[in-house]
Amino acid sequence: MTRFVERHPAWALVVIIAIALALWLIFAVWPPGLEEAIGRKRVFLNALFNGITLGGLYFLVASGFTLIFGLMRNVNLAHGSLYLFGGYVGYAISASTGSWILSFIVAFVLTALVGVLLQVLVFRRMEGQDLRQTMVTIGLSIVFADLMLWACGGDFYQIQTPTWLIGPIELPLITAVKSSGEPVYLRYPLVRLVIFLASVIIGIAMWLALNRTRIGMIIRAGVDDRDILAATGVRIQIVFVLVFALGAGLAGIAGVVGGTFQSLSPGEDIRFLLASLVVVIVGGMGSIPGAALGALIIGLAEQLGSVYIPTYAIVVTFLIMVLVLALRPQGLLARR
Amino acid sequence: MLKSSLGLIALSSLLLSGTAFAQEKIKVGVTATLEGTYTVLGEDGIRGFQTALNVLGKKVGDKELEFVIASTDATPDSAVRAVRKLIEQDKVQILLSPLSGDEGIAVKNFAKTHPELTFINAASGAQETTYVDPAPNFFRYNMDGAQWQVGLGKYAYDTKGYRKIATVGEDYSFIYTQVFGLVLEFCGAGGQVTNRQWVPLGTKDFASVIAALPDDVDAIYLGLGGADAVNFLNQYQQAGGKAHLMGGSIMIDQTILSSKGNAKNALVGTLAASGQADTWEDPGWQKFVKDYQDAFPPNKRFPSPSLLATNYYGSTMALILALRQVNGDLSNNQAKYKEALAKIELDAPNGKIKLDANRQAIGTNFVTEVVDDGKGALFSKVVKVIPNVNQTLGYDPAVFAKIGLPSRTVPECKKY
Repeated sequence: MTRFVERHPAWALVVIIAIALALWLIFAVWPPGLEEAIGRKRVFLNALFNGITLGGLYFLVASGFTLIFGLMRNVNLAHGSLYLFGGYVGYAISASTGSWILSFIVAFVLTALVGVLLQVLVFRRMEGQDLRQTMVTIGLSIVFADLMLWACGGDFYQIQTPTWLIGPIELPLITAVKSSGEPVYLRYPLVRLVIFLASVIIGIAMWLALNRTRIGMIIRAGVDDRDILAATGVRIQIVFVLVFALGAGLAGIAGVVGGTFQSLSPGEDIRFLLASLVVVIVGGMGSIPGAALGALIIGLAEQLGSVYIPTYAIVVTFLIMVLVLALRPQGLLARR
Repeated sequence: MLKSSLGLIALSSLLLSGTAFAQEKIKVGVTATLEGTYTVLGEDGIRGFQTALNVLGKKVGDKELEFVIASTDATPDSAVRAVRKLIEQDKVQILLSPLSGDEGIAVKNFAKTHPELTFINAASGAQETTYVDPAPNFFRYNMDGAQWQVGLGKYAYDTKGYRKIATVGEDYSFIYTQVFGLVLEFCGAGGQVTNRQWVPLGTKDFASVIAALPDDVDAIYLGLGGADAVNFLNQYQQAGGKAHLMGGSIMIDQTILSSKGNAKNALVGTLAASGQADTWEDPGWQKFVKDYQDAFPPNKRFPSPSLLATNYYGSTMALILALRQVNGDLSNNQAKYKEALAKIELDAPNGKIKLDANRQAIGTNFVTEVVDDGKGALFSKVVKVIPNVNQTLGYDPAVFAKIGLPSRTVPECKKY
């Protein structure tokens, strides 16, 4: 942080001003002139929160993707299929048992199992051959998509939100002041906040596991130099299987989350694969903090875009990707 | 020399046998949106099509109809790709296509490159398809989106007392056409449409769109369909939305009213208009509902056919009945068949249908309200039936032409 300020004082100033402006936009009561210029504060705050919570979902999908890439250098293009698979499993569990929490656990375990099978049966056989792995995963994603279409049909499924999460809550943020002087507070869907909180907790837990535990140390060492790590006697194949299981399981959890506040249908696999590709390209391949930052940027761009420039909302995310590729091709937070 | 002429003879005999074989069968290509946002709509469309085959049979004189089904995803290029495949690979002679608005415009334009074939619109409802530069071999037996909204604006203004509304709709031709019909009538009656929001087809996250809905309106009109509509309702419920709702023809439809989950309950009491009403008591309609229910087990269909099933049923009916009138004669670039199609009057389940000079349907429209049948199933209950709705919505054609084509901002909210 201090190094960044010392090296780029001008940029640091811009960042500080931007943060101050954002804080003012969030907490201050907007003067009427501003409301006329860019619309009501409620709309802005909602778009902002939606962007952040959507970023939470993107982070869940992309973190597994980037973790697998970081350690094994596999671009797993079947990651979107794992997302959709997890969602369908979550739906089946929540529909049959009525338990939302249980659907997360089962979805995590089953997709992790699929991940293990993928690693053992597919990736281990073609280790170090990036192009072959990529082609095989494209093929697999098509096969999986058709299998799921066969099993679940083209219908769209929605995982039932538990009753204690339905409806909005009031946040202590003033969106407007009524003529009587009474403040109007922001009302926001509770389920999105809970899901965002959960993704933050998962993110922090992953960061802690990677930076504070022995297994994390091994994984980080593997990211830096796989061959030396193997030479020191670590059973690298087991580490690979574990990481693949974790990455796949996270995609499965994300599927349940996505099925709860959006919906599941054929085609979602490609959408989330694309989203996680964009997120990791923006954030930096292989970096967990990069995935978090990338997910936040893409989520915000999508939501603010859909409110303020609806016609061009679709291209904004790709524009960001192009800019990053042009100016900092390794990604915003890549280490190398 | 001898060799090559032998080859030629062999080839021509092969071709001859091919045509001889084709005369035994008449090949018909069908497209439906079996992928993407509108999958559920496409699936029910195909159910309507199959119901029609069950009722009418596949025989035309001594010939047998053979069908090839292709899938699209509601985008115009997917529809053209599917139609091209059906014509070039499967060699179909008649097309029953497509389902969705933008697809309709693209297929109509494509139809002009194959003037020898016949295109029967399956369910698409953009106004432009038959109103602007229509293709002489493209026939549409369902009404367009604007015709399907006739009666809604007046009913909302006069009976419900709504004065100000806002609209949310998917950003493509069919919904433009629906909003066109609504705005024309509602503003003509004296109402105001304060805000029109457009979202891309296939939007998943509606939270920001919901937040941007105005509070100071009497009702919000939803022009959404398929997965988009379900996503919207789910997130609308999570955000605690409580406004009065009005719905377009594919919003208040069994494809949405029968969706899983309880988000759809927000729709009870919603006012809508469409080319059908689930609870209409007309015997023809009731018979169609029964045929549809008998054709499929309850878990493989909706409680009652959707608008898409009805449209596919009507189009298939026209296809087969006109073909029987000419006894399967498709000679001379299908001239006789096209003539029969242009003249035919259908006794469709959702009322009588005949075609105008642009080969566009003139039919019956229904204003409905969503009711709960007491067992948790939702149906659209008819509140008003309007017969003989034509494409210019009863306006003088010259006045209608001045309004402009449906788009994000057309028509303006005023009396024309």
